[in-house]
Amino acid sequence: MLAYIIRRILYAIPILIAVNLFTFLLFFSLNSPDDMARSQLGTKNITTAAIERWKIAHGYDKPKWYNSQANGSDKFTETLFYQKSIRLFMFEFGNADNGRNIGYDISQRMWPSLAIAIPNLIIGVFVFITFAMLLAFFRATYIDIWGVVFCVILMSISSMFFIIGGQFLIGKILHLAPISGYDPGNTFKFLVLPVVIGIISGFGTSSRWYRTIFLEDINKDYVRTARAKGLSEILVLFKHVLGNALIPILTGIVVILPSLFMGSLVLEAFFGIPGLGSYVIEGIRAQDFGIVRSMVFLGSVLYIVGLVLTDISYTFVDPRVRLN
Amino acid sequence: MSISLNSKTACFFRLVKWGIIAILILLLAASLGACSGDNWNNPYPKSQSNKNILYSSFSERPKHLDPARSYSATEYRFIGNIYEPPLQYHYLTRELMPLTATQLPDVQHYDKENKLIKKPSAVRKVAYSLYNINIKKGIQYQPHPAFARDPAGNLLYHQLSPATIAAKNSLADFKKTATRELTSDDYAYQIKRLAHPRINSPILSTMAKYIVGLKELSQQLAQHNRKLKLKIQTLERLLNEIDRVGTRGESIVDIKNSYTKKFKKNIEFYWAHRVAMDFERVAKTKRQASQLKLMISELVAVEAIAKTGEEAIPTFQQNLKSAQLDYQYLDLKKFELPGVKVIDRYTYQIKIKGQYPQLKYWLAMPFFAPVPHEAEKFYSQKGMKEQNISMNWYPVGTGAYFLSKNDPNSQMIMQRNPNFRGMPYPDRGEKGDEERGLLRDKNKMMPFVDKVVYSLEKESIPLWSKFLQGYFDASGLISESFDQAVKINVSGDARLTDTMATKGIKLITSVRMSISYLGFNMLDPVVGGYEPKKQYLRQAISIAVDYEEYISIFLNGRGKAAQGPLPPGMFGHAKGKAGINPFVYDWVDGKPKRKSIEIARQLMVKAGFSDGIDPKTGEKLILYFDVTGGGAEDKANRDWYKEKLDQIGIQLEIRETDYNRFQQKMLNGKAQLFRLGWNADYPDPENFLFLLYGPNGKVKHRGENAANYDNVKFNALFKIMETMPDSVVREKIIRRMVAISTKDSPWIWGFNPKSFALYHQWYKNAKTNDLAHNLLMYKRIDAATRHRLRARWNKPIMMPVYILLLVIFVTLIPAIRVYKKSLKKTMREVNLDNTKE
Repeated sequence: MLAYIIRRILYAIPILIAVNLFTFLLFFSLNSPDDMARSQLGTKNITTAAIERWKIAHGYDKPKWYNSQANGSDKFTETLFYQKSIRLFMFEFGNADNGRNIGYDISQRMWPSLAIAIPNLIIGVFVFITFAMLLAFFRATYIDIWGVVFCVILMSISSMFFIIGGQFLIGKILHLAPISGYDPGNTFKFLVLPVVIGIISGFGTSSRWYRTIFLEDINKDYVRTARAKGLSEILVLFKHVLGNALIPILTGIVVILPSLFMGSLVLEAFFGIPGLGSYVIEGIRAQDFGIVRSMVFLGSVLYIVGLVLTDISYTFVDPRVRLN
Repeated sequence: MSISLNSKTACFFRLVKWGIIAILILLLAASLGACSGDNWNNPYPKSQSNKNILYSSFSERPKHLDPARSYSATEYRFIGNIYEPPLQYHYLTRELMPLTATQLPDVQHYDKENKLIKKPSAVRKVAYSLYNINIKKGIQYQPHPAFARDPAGNLLYHQLSPATIAAKNSLADFKKTATRELTSDDYAYQIKRLAHPRINSPILSTMAKYIVGLKELSQQLAQHNRKLKLKIQTLERLLNEIDRVGTRGESIVDIKNSYTKKFKKNIEFYWAHRVAMDFERVAKTKRQASQLKLMISELVAVEAIAKTGEEAIPTFQQNLKSAQLDYQYLDLKKFELPGVKVIDRYTYQIKIKGQYPQLKYWLAMPFFAPVPHEAEKFYSQKGMKEQNISMNWYPVGTGAYFLSKNDPNSQMIMQRNPNFRGMPYPDRGEKGDEERGLLRDKNKMMPFVDKVVYSLEKESIPLWSKFLQGYFDASGLISESFDQAVKINVSGDARLTDTMATKGIKLITSVRMSISYLGFNMLDPVVGGYEPKKQYLRQAISIAVDYEEYISIFLNGRGKAAQGPLPPGMFGHAKGKAGINPFVYDWVDGKPKRKSIEIARQLMVKAGFSDGIDPKTGEKLILYFDVTGGGAEDKANRDWYKEKLDQIGIQLEIRETDYNRFQQKMLNGKAQLFRLGWNADYPDPENFLFLLYGPNGKVKHRGENAANYDNVKFNALFKIMETMPDSVVREKIIRRMVAISTKDSPWIWGFNPKSFALYHQWYKNAKTNDLAHNLLMYKRIDAATRHRLRARWNKPIMMPVYILLLVIFVTLIPAIRVYKKSLKKTMREVNLDNTKE
């Protein structure tokens, strides 16, 4: 397994370089260093000299890819791409263009993101599995039919509607939770609404997916054998079917585990939660390449870690799988 | 075969039963909690419920909190209450008055023979002016670690090791704080900071034109900065090479001899090139160049040691350290600024080239607020920046408040400065202020509020909802909520709706000192130019774009159609018939009336575009309107512009572009029609008319004149008016300038936005003042009323939750029936059901 993991890590390097390359290309095709300087310096009385000074101070005065003025390997290393992107491989995020230390900001902002993401995941999975089991249990009855209809309705509604509607109904009309905000000392109160809305907005899709997984297993021979042995339907479902359906469920969950750090762009923005999701949005809005490249890189690394963890988790839930 | 309900199934049902009971208990507890007093939706800690705290919001994080850099309203709302420039604006009357100064500056004008001029005239031209500013004694800074001293009297936190700094994450981690008295030195220091090469002050170019020696200081500092940087780089390179040579274990003399042999006769030649590192010119191949570079850099190190001996290495290291320290803290006290002189501990003098009456307004802005050099030195220590501890993040001032929490990702908190001297609330105001209750607190000592909590609210809907719940004390008015809050009567006056009035909310409206205009690029071959035909075209478009309608449709009446470049209330702004734009309006029944579209069509004929047909192409004249953004909301807005121009036969093409491209187009003069705005920095017409001054053109001079308007007469008048004090003559010149520009029509004057602000009944002393920055200390909160009303408005409503649970419960009953029925099914029936799936 160790060899497999090392191989996967080595495969990750060219992927990460490509991700960096594309981030760099896309960012600088939309924003020039002059635009970035103007964005940081403000809108009034910005002189060309001030823009030049800002670029020099922040290292944006270098050529993007190739420095014909430099010598030897400096032709490639004394460039914007090398200076700004390659250091990420040592997890040196450096400073944002506004002067803030990105590593420190990430370490501070990942906690609010996790505070939403973890309950969203745990409670969500529990609720979705329970509901999907209920539908599988009552398969081909009116409960199943209306349950699926209910799921399809939820799937058809935009998550923005749930957010605004939830804030309106639960926060504004019923006064059951703060409409937005975050307090590290009293997180529960602020997380109730985003977690409930996060679960409701994922309810339709996830429950239907889990239901399909359960129904696929429900006709298999081992289930028939379990029933033939005289086991109750509940025991058949919750012990045998759930146990076997765990493979796709677990792999689906494991892959997203590392990226929980990255937070939710929409939920965090609407609920005023100072997590990494809103950090990305701020970075994009402020044309802050420091933040954008760091977060894209971190996101890619975490995604790759998630995929490797998924492969490893297969070996735990399915003894037939071997990594070699 | 029937399926039997065994013990595990029974266990499952027991679990479900207990689950339901647990939920019911939770709901009961929740209901009891609802009666306990604190509201569930209260976003603030319960301990703050009845405290003297003002709650506000911000939607955009401030980019800079350094007074030499900050230049936007989002930043001034914080630092305006922390830093104290010598002057301020009266809260109620908006007059300029002293803040830390004992009186308004004593200004003296001198001619080139250094003789005092009592009354400047065309004959006796002013060569320079002196502003003598005397500040009050006993003003103290906020508590700050930069001032803390050890028992021996040394500054405690000024020589910290990188390891100590690495353990600090915020200013609060420095346990000891102290203060010191404000002196005139601090003001002089801040003026020098405007020239700091790494601060990039946005007003440097403006001030360098007026403050004697500021331009030279900025050049000197930039040069010094470059030299220091180069010195550091050279020493670092040298020490690296010495390390590299040392690790090879060869003796210095051997290496030197070996290199000297390699270079043979050309040693002097190569040596001459080493500084420029121009290796490619002397090397024939790239490989050779690379080798040469390596050899030469090693030779530099070898030479350095050979000349000075190995014992010189510590000297190099010491030099490097010293250069790094000098670079980190560019000690401005070592540099002279002839235009700023510290007379004594409480008096300083600013020397201005010629005269510049607008300086008094600048002296009311944070750019001229004091900065203690101790603070700058404290923040410049190595490692502070990495810990995000900087002047830009933690301002240090003498104002009524200090920033106790700076987390622009969620909250920023301003706390009463315990060292603040206190100031009396004004005892006089404008007409009507007394009736509005704005003088109830007269002569009471300020600040009134202990703490101000700013919460980040990026979205307008949650902000509005929280305001209605009483969790924000004041709010602006968003378009989505306009009809809910305000109704406009037939005479165009805004009134609160009954719902708002019942809640005791107050509405305050005012025309802002700003303008939103539609500009023509005067360099454009179609819409630009100064000949009459081009003027007619722009005047026709100005008539067609009906801003009264625009304000009514898109701004819910929150604006006033502008008649010229100067907003109402500004010196030189003419009221009534004399102030209308005669090319667009007629004066009818005591008010301006937009000319008919027929007049615009006639102007189009005179412009050579009869029925909008371009004679060159024989088709409709096409104009391009460059706009940023592009949401669904904007579409109606753009369609409206198209429709308006279509009335005079012009086909308007909208070119949507992102903000960066838009900026580029403006810089390159590629835009044809565009929309921009300007907020007043200070209440002087120069601050608006300079937007039309030729030498300030965007394309040629990179200035703020985005229309690139360049009229010789206008420019000449501007030069005269620019530095004149307000007088009848100045007013006449301004009127003339407005008339010239109105005829040329480089802008459609657009509109002056109106601000609509809503305040809860517990919010006292609310008055809009676009110019003043230190507004917080005037505000007072009736916390008891707020607490009572919040509790009444935000009682949790549980009934819908109970109903929902009941519905779920009722739905479950048939489900249980179905389940029980399924237990009686045979295996064949179960398999048949499964097959249906």
